[in-house]
Amino acid sequence: MSAKILKACTYIGVVLSVCALVGVVGYILVQGVPYLKPSLFAWEYTSDNVSLMPALISTLIMAALSLLMAVPVGVASAIYLVEYARSTSRFVRIVRITTETLQGIPSIIYGLFGLLFFTTALGWGLSLLAGACTLAIMVLPVIMRTTEEALLSVPQSLRQGGFALGAGRVRTVIHCVLPSALPGILGGVLLALGRCVGEVAALLFTAGTVAQIPDFGGEGIFALFESCRTLAVHMYVLASEGLHLGETYATSVVLLLVVVVLNTTTNAAAKKLSKERL
Amino acid sequence: MRQTSFKEGAAHVCFTAAAALSIVAVALICVFLFANGIPALAEIGLPEFLFGQTWKPTADEFGIFPMIIGSIYVTVGAIIVGVPTGIFTAIFLSRFASSGVARILRPGIELLAGIPSVVYGFFALMVLVPLIRTTLPGNGFSLLAAALILGIMILPTIITVSKNALDAVPKSYYEGALALGATHERAVFRIMVPAAFSGIMAAVVLGIGRALGETMAVVMVAGNQPIIPESIFSGVRTLTANIVLEMGYAADLHKEALVATGVVLFVLVMLISLLFAAIKKRGELS
Amino acid sequence: MSAILQSRPTIERACAPEMVFDATTTPEIAKMAVSDLNLYYGSFHALKNISVDFPKNQVTALIGPSGCGKSTLLKSLNRMNDLVDNCRIEGTITLDEQNIRTDIGVNDLRRRVGMVFQQPNPFPMSIYENVAFGPKTHGIKNREELNAIVEQSLRDAAIWDEVKDRLHKSALGLSGGQQQRLCIARALAVSPEVLLMDESTSALDPISTAKIEELVTQLKDRFTVIMVTHNMLQAVRVSDKTAFFLMGEMIECEDTQTLFTNPRDKRTADYVAGRFG
Repeated sequence: MSAKILKACTYIGVVLSVCALVGVVGYILVQGVPYLKPSLFAWEYTSDNVSLMPALISTLIMAALSLLMAVPVGVASAIYLVEYARSTSRFVRIVRITTETLQGIPSIIYGLFGLLFFTTALGWGLSLLAGACTLAIMVLPVIMRTTEEALLSVPQSLRQGGFALGAGRVRTVIHCVLPSALPGILGGVLLALGRCVGEVAALLFTAGTVAQIPDFGGEGIFALFESCRTLAVHMYVLASEGLHLGETYATSVVLLLVVVVLNTTTNAAAKKLSKERL
Repeated sequence: MRQTSFKEGAAHVCFTAAAALSIVAVALICVFLFANGIPALAEIGLPEFLFGQTWKPTADEFGIFPMIIGSIYVTVGAIIVGVPTGIFTAIFLSRFASSGVARILRPGIELLAGIPSVVYGFFALMVLVPLIRTTLPGNGFSLLAAALILGIMILPTIITVSKNALDAVPKSYYEGALALGATHERAVFRIMVPAAFSGIMAAVVLGIGRALGETMAVVMVAGNQPIIPESIFSGVRTLTANIVLEMGYAADLHKEALVATGVVLFVLVMLISLLFAAIKKRGELS
Repeated sequence: MSAILQSRPTIERACAPEMVFDATTTPEIAKMAVSDLNLYYGSFHALKNISVDFPKNQVTALIGPSGCGKSTLLKSLNRMNDLVDNCRIEGTITLDEQNIRTDIGVNDLRRRVGMVFQQPNPFPMSIYENVAFGPKTHGIKNREELNAIVEQSLRDAAIWDEVKDRLHKSALGLSGGQQQRLCIARALAVSPEVLLMDESTSALDPISTAKIEELVTQLKDRFTVIMVTHNMLQAVRVSDKTAFFLMGEMIECEDTQTLFTNPRDKRTADYVAGRFG
């Protein structure tokens, strides 16, 4: 009897969850799609067109920079933890604790740290580089954890096969183990990319809110020290100004679209890669 | 052969160094946070800071008690909204959904997890706040609005982690229950759910962590008055909101007090992670 | 590196008949020799005082019930036990009278002592790349040379005709028996001197098993083969010499015919008669 009631509760739960999803996504789409006008994608931002183009480009640069830093370090540390370290060593225990710590830290704390360290102590000011470094630290544990899981799921027999042919550890890991772990690692990278794209709190005080594309053409490498706003920050600024609600909706639509594309790419890539393996 | 062993050694060093970087990162974060926050704590006094009821930077009064309470209220509210819904959804997805329904819902949950918090915040600002303003007391910027949107935001975390826990329950438990004549429902609720209990608890704790640390969505809808809310329709300010609202223009002691707010938040979140680790460990033991 | 190339085609024949002086002296040259080997996993004493010779160009079978230490011994011969945490080894193992722990580098040892595992474990790459992986590891880069090695190894493993048209397709598309022969080819490609086989047919169907057994009898002209098997009939069919293990001890090691028809020890007799294990 009571089991029947509980079962009914599961149906209610699902309906509520679906309502939340459909409500949020549907409302944003309905309100935002009509405002997806060409002027929203104009190359230059003005306070009239509130173009999201500079923010979109800055987002790409910012995300690419932070992944460029976080992915090699994250994958390498996961390789260390899985392929090299003995799980009982003190060093490994500390690394695991710190990774879990990093994972639990709220993004606003990363923002604070970025402000105190990169922006102030290193004197980088509000800049692309400070923002990217802050994001890199933030997504590092995501990449580490997914890579670790992917490596752990590779059968031990492949490692034995490599070693038994007289291959050293590096060669075995790179040629025999990593290819099988690739879909998992890719999934982690896309997850990290998603976090970079959606982050605001960690960027407000590190990368700032200037609505311009860093001028790499004119300033070369020094453009790294320019302030810029990512798409999510752009949306936050628009929303708090409250002057261009339609455009804000439209910007959310673009953000949602980016998330959907990332999700489907992850799934498709994982499926394709795992199919190729069979 | 010599070349190979050199390569091996170099690679070993590189991988180890990479692993050490995460330790460096945590150390740096702690050092900078504490070095910038502790002086303020010393100047203001720890009890005055933690339990002071007034936050008035212009008058050099820095009491974050309302914000601590605010964070706790908002988190509890989010749990009340999100946890039952999430757990029941997870049970449904894991045990009652046909494969077709599950196939449709799974990407939906993933999408829900991927939506940036600023989009949630904006949705709440445009929909929940006006709705509360028109139907309930207050101006809409309220504890209730923050709790509702946070409840939705932690849904995917709760659903995914609980579902994984439920899926990990050995099939033999379920079959054993059926063999004793239990119905499918009974087997699920009497055997499967209790067996996955520690995993579900872990989901709840993760959700708490996420709700406690969320910043942007809360700032946009909670009203942000630094006073202890009188009802769920009053405005509320959380620790995270306190930092993000004033960091832009703060200086000197005010700035340090904000960093100290971050330290308090950091410590709170660490306590939650310890709890999470303890639950996970207990789950592994049993 | 050129040593590999030179050793590749040489076919060494051992034990000319005139070396036999009397009936008790076995006409064998030990390719590998184990003496006073004790192996511990933590506090568990897995191998106890093992001393055994593996004669050149013969097939030696290690038999015994599960957990008796036969696989552990096999893995000690190419130091695969190094991968196991808290594994401690005492005693000496030699390959051509060189101590494998002190006189030979571990990667060189594993090149000279190849291994085929219980489950086929092809790498997730093409058939060609699987076979070429070993030679490349040991420094062979020339395309034509690699092509020749790959073809010869696949021919030696009696799988060339089945895969020659799809060398660049994934190895994971092969059947289990084909995968295992591919793994043998992969092991042969680095021209090992000894081939270790760890229950290499136990995961296969009878037809694939027969193919591999036939292959082993051909290969012993050129290699020294040491195989662990659960299948006593297989030991009788394929091996020249058989060692029986029980609870970490080597009970008896004789030529296969003698061990199965006229065992010295009662426990061996019980086991080969199928009374336990």
